[in-house]
Amino acid sequence: MFDGKQVIVIGERDGVAGPAIATCVKAAGAPVAYVATECFV
Amino acid sequence: MPDAAVVRAASLVLAHTPGLARHGSKPMRTLPADAELTSKFLSGLRSFDDAVSYPPHQAFLGACHPRELPARPWVGTSWAGAQRFAPFGELMPEEEFLGLMAAVDEFDLLVLTADVAERAAKRLASHPLSAYLDLGRISAATGDVTAALASGALPVHLAPDTVAGALRPAHAEDESLTAHVLLENLACKATGALALLHLLHDHGLDPAGIGYTISCSEEAVGDRYQRGGGNMGKTIASVAGLTESSGADVKNFCAAPLPAVVIAASLVVAGVFEQVVVVAGGSQPKLGMKFEGHLRHGLPVLEDVLGGVALLITADDGISPRIRLDAVGSHRVSSGGAGAQIIHDLAVRPLEAIGARLLDIDDYATELHNPEITEPQGSGDVAARNYRTIAALAARRKDIGREGIDAFVAERGMPGYAPTQGHLASAICYLPHALTRLTAGDAERVLLLAKGSLFLGRMSQRSDGMSVLLERNGG
Repeated sequence: MFDGKQVIVIGERDGVAGPAIATCVKAAGAPVAYVATECFV
Repeated sequence: MPDAAVVRAASLVLAHTPGLARHGSKPMRTLPADAELTSKFLSGLRSFDDAVSYPPHQAFLGACHPRELPARPWVGTSWAGAQRFAPFGELMPEEEFLGLMAAVDEFDLLVLTADVAERAAKRLASHPLSAYLDLGRISAATGDVTAALASGALPVHLAPDTVAGALRPAHAEDESLTAHVLLENLACKATGALALLHLLHDHGLDPAGIGYTISCSEEAVGDRYQRGGGNMGKTIASVAGLTESSGADVKNFCAAPLPAVVIAASLVVAGVFEQVVVVAGGSQPKLGMKFEGHLRHGLPVLEDVLGGVALLITADDGISPRIRLDAVGSHRVSSGGAGAQIIHDLAVRPLEAIGARLLDIDDYATELHNPEITEPQGSGDVAARNYRTIAALAARRKDIGREGIDAFVAERGMPGYAPTQGHLASAICYLPHALTRLTAGDAERVLLLAKGSLFLGRMSQRSDGMSVLLERNGG
């Protein structure tokens, strides 16, 4: 599902942090173009 | 040296500042390029009466406990008997607040129109805290606003769109001393001072008895060589007349108030100072942060208030709630960023340290952002998410069954009710409620939990957090 795609990862402090999502995405074979965690409050 | 520290008193304030909302970070970036949106924004600003009667504001100021709030929606409803002055402090109207900013402005940054200065001075002269204020500075702030604006000052408005004054930059080339930055800092100073003056006045405290003042405000005071150098703690102590106090700032994003409380209590128990104040002013950049979601859902611009908090920590007096320094939780580096692990650090570990369980806590105060503000912009119900995580941990530890999660949340949690003033919504806003309940015997233990988003500063991928247990004083 990631063929020809790059992934932008936005994590959330009270949800799942960006680096954790990026680790999963990389494990699935996808290149991660950008990773950040944000706080929306 | 004392055996324990207590929270002797606490105050909370709000300042209704719809005219300053356009200078919040989000509106400031969004409105100038969109005249239609600007028009909707200005039309969406609330009246002072609507802000006073807004039920979550009354819960914030102590007119009711958050669990006594009616079911949502809160917009369009009024808290019966709502008053500007409430048990924990007040909600100050914006014209008076401009006067207050002028009264605490030591560098002639704020220029006011003659009529605004005159009205603000007159109203503040009859304010319960007038004796603490340098009212002469308000009339001295009267000046040529048009000329100030022409020379690069930032317009300051009364809602919806009346120019009431101008905020001058302090240096032509220093980006830490631009008018926007100075507006943030002056608004923070004024709200922090308002909270501290209410603390002194409403609780009959002697300013000269306070030896140290710790600010946990969010704003960065400094110049280009020391951006964020500080020191808002001593700044606010000075303007409030704490003649014997020194001070410093504790920074930790939204989590800062709880490290400040723990440090203050530690200073008291160590015998360094007998009385320590923790204070925070409001966050002007967060005004209007989610206004687009509010307007999209037909709501007013709900982020139109600045907050402030002040509390006094002293040696054990046998009456006031104790700060259990042996039950402090901290989000450790080794714990990573998973939500359940963070809550384990902040809720389970400090209780285990004193042989207590999650069910031994009557009230959990976590991030108490008002969901009516956060949900329209897609941020969800922050308080509810935190309470579900704590309850799920209780179920996993078999303190409760899975079927008991809803009851745990209802009995030991509460609806979010705080304006999205980051640090103030993060547990510390509940502290005056905690003092009331712990002193009256309606609760035995309250756990305050706060989290801070270090990653926003792009120096660390981590967040941080701290918790501290407050306990009824057995005498």
